[in-house]
Amino acid sequence: MSFINNLKKVLRQNIREYGMFIALFLIMLIFTIATDGIFISSRNISNLLNQTGYIAVLAVGMTLVIIIGQIDLSVGFLAGFLGAVAAIAMVSWKLPVIVVIPLVMGFGAIAGVLTGLPVAKLGIPSFVASLAGWLIYRGALQMVTLKTGTIIIPNDAFNAIGNGYIPDIPGLDFLPGAHKLTLLLGIIAIALFIFNEIRSRRKKKEYKFDILPVDMFIFQVMFVSLLIFGITWILAGYNGLSWTVVIMLIVTAAYHYLSSETVLGRYIYAVGGNPEAAELSGINVEKIILIVFGSMGMLAALSGMLFASRLQSATTTAGQLFELDAIAAAYVGGVSAAGGVGKVTGSIIGALVMTSLTSGMNLMGIGISSQYIVRGAVLALAVIFDVATRTRGK
Amino acid sequence: MKKILLEMKNITKKFPGVVALDNVNFQVTESEIHCLVGENGAGKSTLMKVLSGVYPHGSYEGEIIIDGESQEFSNINESKKTGIAIIYQELALIPEMTVYENIFLGHEITNGISVDWNETIKRAEKVLKKVCLQVNPADKIKELGVGKQQLVEIAKALSMDVKLLLLDEPTSALSEDDSENLLGLLRELKKQGVTCVLISHKLSEVIKIADTVTVLRDGETVGSLSAEKGEITENTLVKLMVGREINDIYPKRKVKKGKDIVFEVKDWNVYDPSRGKQILSDINFNVRKGEIVGFSGLMGSGRTELALSLFGNPGRSRVSGDMYIDGEKNNFSHPENAIKEGLAYVSEDRKGNGLILIQDVKQNITLANLREIAKRGVVDNNAEIKIANEYKTSLAIKTPSIEQKVLYLSGGNQQKVSLAKWLFVKPDILILDEPTRGIDVGAKYEIHSIMNELVEQGMSIIMISSELPEILGMSDRIYVLSAGKISGELSVEEANQEKIMHLATN
Repeated sequence: MSFINNLKKVLRQNIREYGMFIALFLIMLIFTIATDGIFISSRNISNLLNQTGYIAVLAVGMTLVIIIGQIDLSVGFLAGFLGAVAAIAMVSWKLPVIVVIPLVMGFGAIAGVLTGLPVAKLGIPSFVASLAGWLIYRGALQMVTLKTGTIIIPNDAFNAIGNGYIPDIPGLDFLPGAHKLTLLLGIIAIALFIFNEIRSRRKKKEYKFDILPVDMFIFQVMFVSLLIFGITWILAGYNGLSWTVVIMLIVTAAYHYLSSETVLGRYIYAVGGNPEAAELSGINVEKIILIVFGSMGMLAALSGMLFASRLQSATTTAGQLFELDAIAAAYVGGVSAAGGVGKVTGSIIGALVMTSLTSGMNLMGIGISSQYIVRGAVLALAVIFDVATRTRGK
Repeated sequence: MKKILLEMKNITKKFPGVVALDNVNFQVTESEIHCLVGENGAGKSTLMKVLSGVYPHGSYEGEIIIDGESQEFSNINESKKTGIAIIYQELALIPEMTVYENIFLGHEITNGISVDWNETIKRAEKVLKKVCLQVNPADKIKELGVGKQQLVEIAKALSMDVKLLLLDEPTSALSEDDSENLLGLLRELKKQGVTCVLISHKLSEVIKIADTVTVLRDGETVGSLSAEKGEITENTLVKLMVGREINDIYPKRKVKKGKDIVFEVKDWNVYDPSRGKQILSDINFNVRKGEIVGFSGLMGSGRTELALSLFGNPGRSRVSGDMYIDGEKNNFSHPENAIKEGLAYVSEDRKGNGLILIQDVKQNITLANLREIAKRGVVDNNAEIKIANEYKTSLAIKTPSIEQKVLYLSGGNQQKVSLAKWLFVKPDILILDEPTRGIDVGAKYEIHSIMNELVEQGMSIIMISSELPEILGMSDRIYVLSAGKISGELSVEEANQEKIMHLATN
């Protein structure tokens, strides 16, 4: 009985944080039932994650931009343009992939800082500054693809980023049809997770801080572990982890750590919460704005390359509307438009919600026009839920 | 016997976990000035929100009777129609609009389709005359000072045929002169038959102006005093408000100030290019170890600007002059550097640029010195909780937990969080800008005691304050600013209110 009560209490206290997970779970459940299980099939989930990749990466960067109370509209075409630059670097300049990827990400960071400069130094609204970027990169993309049209990328290593999967451990013949390395990585992830949770719990105990009741703690750890195992099991049933998912996981983990554990992360939230107070607290607000826009540009480059790799070519319209999908994902994921509030993991869930909707409705044969309407409604509902649970106060 | 205009009977208002108002009774007689006093969190604002319909009928228990009729407001517009106008601490004017547009905002005078601007301006002039404000109605609000803006707010209320005017700490942001003006106006309005309810923390003001005072404590009415009977004295008020006697809200220090000059400013000039104005000129002053130096002056005399220009100049004004810390010349290009050199600045505007309201108590406390609890750029969350709890205890911050958002704390506790944040920086020189503005007597006493402890430990404090009793009660030495210049320096022994006012208006 006390277990149920504890569960209720924990759920109620954290409804905002769990809300998105529950929503994602419900959406997946509904589509699974509606498509007789096709939605949850290994193949579909694998595809779905791969489709989310380039938007999720953008959404992560956009989360920080929105947290500091700004917006960046330029990243869609910047991604498209830098995807084309990567293609040209490989095809015309004959540079190796290993050089191209960091080089283009460097370009992205510079482009991001350029968008951030008028915002940080002159206080120009980022909507305007990045709208200018939107136009400029759109023009730039068309200019570099003007002569050739679509640039085909003949580089297998590069194209694997968007289409390939991690190799399996050779020579193992148990569990035929399952990707062993993926399973192994999943188990390692679970072990690390459990180890980490126990360690942080012990540390909190040492300091005599409040901790979850033991039954709740075990329940929480079991639940997350099962979730990780479930996902790896599904993925292992179809080619295993794709490189896109690996990149997405690395970016998410790095940015989650940066935003929640580091001094820089705290400064970012402080600037978003109250820039004047942050400045008076000795935080260099201009620098923070430049860093956040720089990181956004860098992730736009990564997103552009993921997309180009997926299509195995750079097209003249690549990146169109990416920025709005990323912004929508962030808002669905609980980032506040007023600044100062939001989580990187939330935005990833937001991105997954949006792609799940597309994928599920595609499987059900629902027309594209209806899909837009449904996605719009979900965005509106998510934001309403967010505001409603926030103003309830303490 | 005068008619009773407003009666609030047995009002009880509960929030989850808290009873904000417990059977409160509140009675206002027609055309009187009625002051409502009480510590922060005593329920004054909640009571006013119940009255004005911010908390609709049904969300509280009890009855509201106006002019003998029971009223059930479900929103602010309904209470407005009955003739209740509220003027909040934070002014609700639109800076970019003109005076007359603001006065008639929300109840524009129209001739069917479009706004009748000529009639609007004419009526605006009339109502401005009523509040004795001489401005051009076509001036923009942002061009007026805070004192005049307050009068525009009152004019706005009067333009709506108001029966009952509620003012929530109208003078907390005003200089002594402007406050005096405003109180005079309230007396004038009283003669014209307007009833005023005034919420105020300044007891001297209450004693000066109130016909009746109602005191709230912890959500209950603890007393109602009448001026006619001579019941309104500072001692009775304080006693009722805090429930115990505070003999001296300016506790005495044990230790005398040191001799070494730790901070000195020479020929300091500040020019603000955005306003195109010389803000400060030829400022020279010094601070000794373990000393509290008071800075007095009227609103707009440049006190806050001086503090900010010394503290790394975040407003990007043009600054010239020399600053010495422990005899060494220093120059800060950003608050970051000032903090490193041992300065701290507790802002006058804790909600505006002092605290991050949407973040919790612990995050606010550690923000200015986050590196202290970080290893290689990673914050030690456990150390943070420990430190926040230490300050919560040592400053007696009243909060359910250090994870509570600062937004939900009372003014006095917010100020303590702000203070904790800057104490964690471990400064040598602490600049306090209006350290007790808008907070109640009990918390004031506590903050003054903390200041004394700090100087006893050897810290030096620069205190900017608009409240003369505070300046006189706390400072060792007083500088008076007038129109951007230091017009005088007084030791506390020779200073009195008259001398300071004389220098300030010089």
